[in-house]
Amino acid sequence: MADDKSKHDAEHAEGHGKREPSYLVAQRGLKSWLFTIDHKRLGLMYLGSTLLFFFVGGVAAILFRTELLTPAGDFIPWLLSHLPTALGGTGGDVEAAVAQSATTYNKLFTVHGAVMVFLVIIPAVPGSLGNFLLPLMLGAKDVAFPRLNLLSFWVYTLGACFFLYTLFAGGLDTGWTFYTPYSSTTGTAVVSALFGAFILGFSSILTGLNFMVTIHKMRAPGMTWNRMPLFCWSIYATAVIQVLATPVLAITLLLLVVERTLNIGIFDPAMGGDPVLFQHFFWFYSHPAVYIMILPGFGIISELVAVHSRKHIFGYKAIALSSVAIAIISFIVWGHHMFVSGQSELAAIVFSFLTFAVAVPTAIKVFSWVATLYKGSIQFNTPMLYALMFLFTFSIGGLTGVFLGTLSVDVHLHDTYFVVAHFHYVMMGGTIIAFIGGLHHWWPKMTGRTYSVWQSKWAALLVFIGFNMTFFNQFVLGQQGMPRRYYTYVPQFQQQHMMSTIGSYILFLGLLWIAIYLLASLRRSAAPKEPLPDNTWGGASLEWSTQTPPIEHNFHGQPRVDTDPYNFPQIDRTGEVDHH
Amino acid sequence: MSTDHESPKAHRPEGAHEPHAFFAHHFNTPDQQAGAAKLGMWVFLSTEILMFSGLFLAYFIVRMFYPDMVLAAHEHLNKTAGGINTVVLITSSVTMALAVRAAQVGNTPAIKRNLLLTIMFAGVFMVVKYFEYTAKFEHGMLPGKYYTAFEHGYYIPGNPHIFFAVYFCMTGLHGIHVLVGIGVLTWVYIRASKGHFGPNYYTPVENVGLYWHLVDLIWIFLFPLLYLVR
Amino acid sequence: MILSMLMEPEQAAQAAADATKAAEAATEAAKAAPPWETLSPWDTLPQASTFAEGTDALYLFIVGISVFFFLLVMAVQAYFMWKYRRLSEDQKTSSITHNGKIEFLWSAIPAVLLVVIFVWGEVDFLKQTVPPNDAVQVRVTGRQWFWTIEYPDYPGVQLTSSVDESQVTLMVPKGQPVQLTMTSEDVLHSFYIPAFRIKRDVVPGRYTTLWFEATQVGEFNLYCAEYCGDQHSAMIGKVKVLEPELFAAALADAGKLEQEPSESLAAFGERIYSRRGCNACHSLDGSPKTGPTWKGLWQKNETTDKGAVLVDDNYIKESILEPNAQIVNGFTGVKMPSYKGQLDDKHITALIEFMKTLK
Repeated sequence: MADDKSKHDAEHAEGHGKREPSYLVAQRGLKSWLFTIDHKRLGLMYLGSTLLFFFVGGVAAILFRTELLTPAGDFIPWLLSHLPTALGGTGGDVEAAVAQSATTYNKLFTVHGAVMVFLVIIPAVPGSLGNFLLPLMLGAKDVAFPRLNLLSFWVYTLGACFFLYTLFAGGLDTGWTFYTPYSSTTGTAVVSALFGAFILGFSSILTGLNFMVTIHKMRAPGMTWNRMPLFCWSIYATAVIQVLATPVLAITLLLLVVERTLNIGIFDPAMGGDPVLFQHFFWFYSHPAVYIMILPGFGIISELVAVHSRKHIFGYKAIALSSVAIAIISFIVWGHHMFVSGQSELAAIVFSFLTFAVAVPTAIKVFSWVATLYKGSIQFNTPMLYALMFLFTFSIGGLTGVFLGTLSVDVHLHDTYFVVAHFHYVMMGGTIIAFIGGLHHWWPKMTGRTYSVWQSKWAALLVFIGFNMTFFNQFVLGQQGMPRRYYTYVPQFQQQHMMSTIGSYILFLGLLWIAIYLLASLRRSAAPKEPLPDNTWGGASLEWSTQTPPIEHNFHGQPRVDTDPYNFPQIDRTGEVDHH
Repeated sequence: MSTDHESPKAHRPEGAHEPHAFFAHHFNTPDQQAGAAKLGMWVFLSTEILMFSGLFLAYFIVRMFYPDMVLAAHEHLNKTAGGINTVVLITSSVTMALAVRAAQVGNTPAIKRNLLLTIMFAGVFMVVKYFEYTAKFEHGMLPGKYYTAFEHGYYIPGNPHIFFAVYFCMTGLHGIHVLVGIGVLTWVYIRASKGHFGPNYYTPVENVGLYWHLVDLIWIFLFPLLYLVR
Repeated sequence: MILSMLMEPEQAAQAAADATKAAEAATEAAKAAPPWETLSPWDTLPQASTFAEGTDALYLFIVGISVFFFLLVMAVQAYFMWKYRRLSEDQKTSSITHNGKIEFLWSAIPAVLLVVIFVWGEVDFLKQTVPPNDAVQVRVTGRQWFWTIEYPDYPGVQLTSSVDESQVTLMVPKGQPVQLTMTSEDVLHSFYIPAFRIKRDVVPGRYTTLWFEATQVGEFNLYCAEYCGDQHSAMIGKVKVLEPELFAAALADAGKLEQEPSESLAAFGERIYSRRGCNACHSLDGSPKTGPTWKGLWQKNETTDKGAVLVDDNYIKESILEPNAQIVNGFTGVKMPSYKGQLDDKHITALIEFMKTLK
């Protein structure tokens, strides 16, 4: 789809063995990274930091999953009493360890939730893949505001520092939702965590703003809205939510900070306020935030499914517009988090209905992806395995959402492990699986390195088995009435909890393996002898038309576009070929 | 791939403006750059409105819960000071608009003059706000647990600490925006002094102008809601 | 079956010993399935209220639809994966880009099904919101971290949950509607009885209501479902459903907190300790929980926020009735609720005697 001239030139240049230095080596030194305004380098920096926090959140999860192996609280007291005080333990004092154990468990699940939501899933795809790919896919030299982009990254880092400070200043035990009045009375480091989330919100807003303007103003000549890769559409829908919803979170968190420090009483019933008001404020942001998390994943899957089956994506417009529809509807469904919280019955009914309205565009997407496979040429490359895995796990995540949107059933399932399982199927089985798939898809483009194919396929299998083993059990637990956020539980639930914990170990190992072979591919000794081809998978969008890894200014000259990004050369236009 | 670095000029459509000194390399045309900046500003302003809308919502909920208290408490706000500030801010919006106009026609002395007036009005606003705040502090009309007006001989029925919390949050956040405004106005003033702006390049003045109008607009909502409840 | 599944062995023994319930326990035991079946966590929850069947029917309906569509999508996907796998590098692919008819169908069919599910869920939900007029009234108070249950029609009866999950917290008659009026004294809680399929948040500063009609005699788990801090997972108990004719007597018996003739004062104190929720925050083994341990507390010299104090009768009485007058250092985080009106002088004396035994 790129202009023929540039393609021709590329072949010409390769024929002469002439290559420009890539963006990775165009400038050298630590400073050239820390103060870079190159969207590609910023993408890599986001990638590094989100993966680091993914590890932190994962370790917290493994710790509390281990605790949940048995109904009684035993692992955490043991752990605390064996840890030196410098590491947050009690240095052999068993009594103190027992006394702190419940709080420690609460801090662990809060750290897991808050880190995974605010530091990993929200920034992961837009920050890393979005930053790296958006200008490349649009045929632009950079995002619209490169310096603002750098600022976003540093604001993100600052917010992350606040979170790290929270961890070392006594932790946080409110749950990632910060529900009042508990969050305004508990003794842990709530204020620094709130400031952290507040600052991260700004990073998110600035990134969203940047991407919106980039998509509006920086598209290559000839790239109409309907010729944009679907990844860009999903990033656009995400950006709209980031820009419109995050400010409300910012002000909510600020009000909570003021509530804690000055006791203004707006959320405190003892002072004449209303704790349910906080939930409305919070979910007004946090439900759209769920789509900030999942929409970029949808975009990745659209790309992977089309490229690895060399088929034009099925229902381009339906997929693109359903992203926008989801973005819009996401603003008016927040009340489905509060069916049992004491809001009015009418509100509950309206929110339930609107929630079902979100299910339709989501279903359209899944059907369209499966239909894309029809009469394709499917190759089971590692990214494609993740895309197919996504269709499995995300379908479960989406379908179980129907249970929770249904009023009478939600009354039973609300705040149980069913909810935990559901949102992990969406967030982990959706976004993270898509993210890992995207990472494998664009890894050669981003780094100029290749990873071990057999290792990546076995690791994908481990992730798939581990993930389903961990979370499918939790649907059963929830249906049986196991409430979430429980440190100890009644013995009848042990069997499921045990399987879930074993599953989480498998999942953790799978993810660790991925990290190991990806990092190994970056070693100096792993550098390929010949530079990698520009187009790893036979993709037709613009990022594949430039050098691998791209040069500092992305393209030589200005690419022009005259067709859409799913026009693969293998597509048979004559209609004569018999597909098997 | 073509091996020479082509200058941005190579891809500029015929008849476009010559690039100004502040043309960024990653844009194709100055128009694209200006359009991006303006769109970015509008998007930013919408985030600002949404942020304040959270506070407006809190205000309306408090007012709905405790109408009598809000009515009684608002009597203690200084309507004269609020009124003066409203006039001051509206005037500053006019001078800001004049500054933008001056930038478009390339009249540097007029840009500077109007920006200086705008900064001055912003300063007046803050001084008036300072006196208002000082009075509130002295009368113990403070948010939450610091509310001690009853010790100073003022009795307001209900939960006035919530009203003053909302009052301080809203005017405080707005005040921070005015201070930021003074900062960016000063920055634009310095750039204007260096002769950066002319008919080809006036985006910074225009965007700061948009920001300033928003700050003004928010005050125009705050004033009647907080000071003129009755 | 439910009985044997949910009851601890010793508790089952106690129940069997109870003469009034012997017959009932016998019939339940006869009905009970073999232990290997009843112990399986895959076993479905008992359907113990009038709502349970409706909720489960809808649940199963959604399960059916979900499984059908999931298997359909996965089967189609698997077939395509096999049928259209890449066999040669130059394999041609179809030029199909969209199909209006099929896209309409796969939007419309889910939409129709979703509307059916929505309406069904809404109708069932509305049933749960309107309590009948003749309901037995119950007042529920959530505190960190125990429930207190009172019956306006049975003055003086007060049941409390404790960290022990088997403690009976709520007693209700079978076949009669029961309405709970709930509030919290500190943070959010949520009153959840899985076997009844009901749940409602308990919110400080306002009253929320919940109603149900139990259909099975037995004991069922009761949980706090909204995260409320440290001992959230200890805020559990049992709901005991009784035949209506046994209800009043059992309630009077259970709510009575008086010293038995054969009981020492210290033993009575120990009973109060577990029945009034003291154990949620105060341990007996020396480990500090949310409050100071009672082990060795008697005659101990404590440092409080108001200065040094000797733990004697007066300090203990003050700490029970006005807990925040002098707070021992290190325990200022969570405020203890006052027990004024809940514990009388006799109770306090018994507690003090109990503390004296904890060396």
